[in-house]
Amino acid sequence: MTNSTEKAPEQITTKIWREEAEPDNPFAAAASYCAGFDVYGDLLGKISFIEYLWLLFKLDPPSKEQARMLESLAVALANPGPRDHSVRGAMNAGVGGSTRASALIAAISIGAGNLGGAREVFTAMQYWQQCGTNLDCWVEIITNPPQNERADVWAEMEHTPGFDPNGASCPTPVKQLLDHLAAIEHSESLVWLQEQRQALEQHAESPLAFSGVAAATLFALGFEPEQAEILFLLLRLPGAAAHALEQEKMGWSRYPFFNDGLTLTDDPGAGNSND
Amino acid sequence: MTEKNTNSPTGPERLKAFEDNWKTAMGAWFPGERVVLRGKDVFKELNDYSWVEYLYYAITGKHSPKTARLIEGLWMLSTSYPDPRLWNNRVVALAATARTTGALAVAAGIAVSEATIYGLKPIKGAIDFLYRAAYQKENGIAIETIIKEELKASRSVSGYGRPLVNGDERIAPVLNFLTEQGAHDGKFIRLAFEIDHYLKNSRYKYMINIAALNAAVAADSGLSADEYYYMTSLAFTGGMFPCYIDARTQPEGLFFPLSVKRIKSISSNSREWIE
Repeated sequence: MTNSTEKAPEQITTKIWREEAEPDNPFAAAASYCAGFDVYGDLLGKISFIEYLWLLFKLDPPSKEQARMLESLAVALANPGPRDHSVRGAMNAGVGGSTRASALIAAISIGAGNLGGAREVFTAMQYWQQCGTNLDCWVEIITNPPQNERADVWAEMEHTPGFDPNGASCPTPVKQLLDHLAAIEHSESLVWLQEQRQALEQHAESPLAFSGVAAATLFALGFEPEQAEILFLLLRLPGAAAHALEQEKMGWSRYPFFNDGLTLTDDPGAGNSND
Repeated sequence: MTEKNTNSPTGPERLKAFEDNWKTAMGAWFPGERVVLRGKDVFKELNDYSWVEYLYYAITGKHSPKTARLIEGLWMLSTSYPDPRLWNNRVVALAATARTTGALAVAAGIAVSEATIYGLKPIKGAIDFLYRAAYQKENGIAIETIIKEELKASRSVSGYGRPLVNGDERIAPVLNFLTEQGAHDGKFIRLAFEIDHYLKNSRYKYMINIAALNAAVAADSGLSADEYYYMTSLAFTGGMFPCYIDARTQPEGLFFPLSVKRIKSISSNSREWIE
């Protein structure tokens, strides 16, 4: 419980943000600057949401092509649809009348994982950093994936990151997205992924997934794996939010409960114990 | 890579096999009738369990009042500090000062407790390290070698050293509690202190922290690293509610407010956005 008036106050150090105080209130900002740009005096009305998102992470403006790529990825990821695990989590919050925040917490927690989630994108980005466009390297890492030598709170990957272990052929929307993104700037990694997709799928024994396209795109755009992980979480929330609100209005009785779907295999039975 | 080593159905066939078909031995609710957990009727066979015994049974499938009591004691003495400056508790206090709900606050606090410099990652890392160290020691490897290899691989030893301070005030009261319970002299506790003895006398000067001692107790009780992690994930909540209630009771927005001058900006100079 040290308290010294001599000490300079502790501060938050940031490259992202600068503020000037209102003359009558040191706790209110009269001007806020993001990476040197006056947010309310200059950016507002000029900058698109996607450009601002880029600026927050990169601290420099994107080129037109970079902004188009990120925007296209954002549109593609915005709603994984009501069958997606993370969106289902949000809808479960909705039908039960849970807080709206909990709907997004559910979507974030579920959508953080190794299967179709942000951790998968993070791991796939590490593969990209390690292998780039070297097919032999990819074949090696797919065949002998890195293993955690130490216990981690994250489970080991059970499939090749960026590929769908429960898929058949590569779904049309995944190919459409990859083709669209590759055409914008002909980024080396995306063009290479188009060319090598089938070879990679053969080694992974599963088709390319949205998470794989997201990782390749964010790698092409120069994001770090940590940035890609958190952007993937963020960009997939709009659909979760909209579906949660819709199901909240519909109510639990019009939403699957899987009433007959569960079989208990260790059941002491009514009125009995199994001791 | 479990996908490749199985003859079971793959891809969509596997999904189809599980559609409306979840077989489980874990438990189920029979609406209006009864509840089963791991083969036991909750109302008839588990009705005299304490809550921690119930949680321990849910996670491990074992009933052990002794282990449940040990875990409860460790939680009470060492994991729930009611100080809102600690990072996970501060999240809860910020939630309260911003007037969000108690459940949302604590949910965020629990999620944040899965940290690297404290909380669940070192907690899981500590038990994992003790198990690996015990295995190596049984195979004739010297403690010094085991620790040096660990430092080489991880640049730290989970359960030793501490942010802010080096010594850990929780060790003595927890040892007193363990002595009362007759659980102070297990194989893993002895190993934990053997490692402490080496490290504090080495140039690293790391001292044992509570994560290593608690992990040793868990290992002496036979918990796996995962079981221990699941049990501990709720351990911090006892310190969170006081932080929430305190900030919720005081006027809104007053928990450690920050004035504009508390931002130390190292950002770019002012510049204008070119459309």
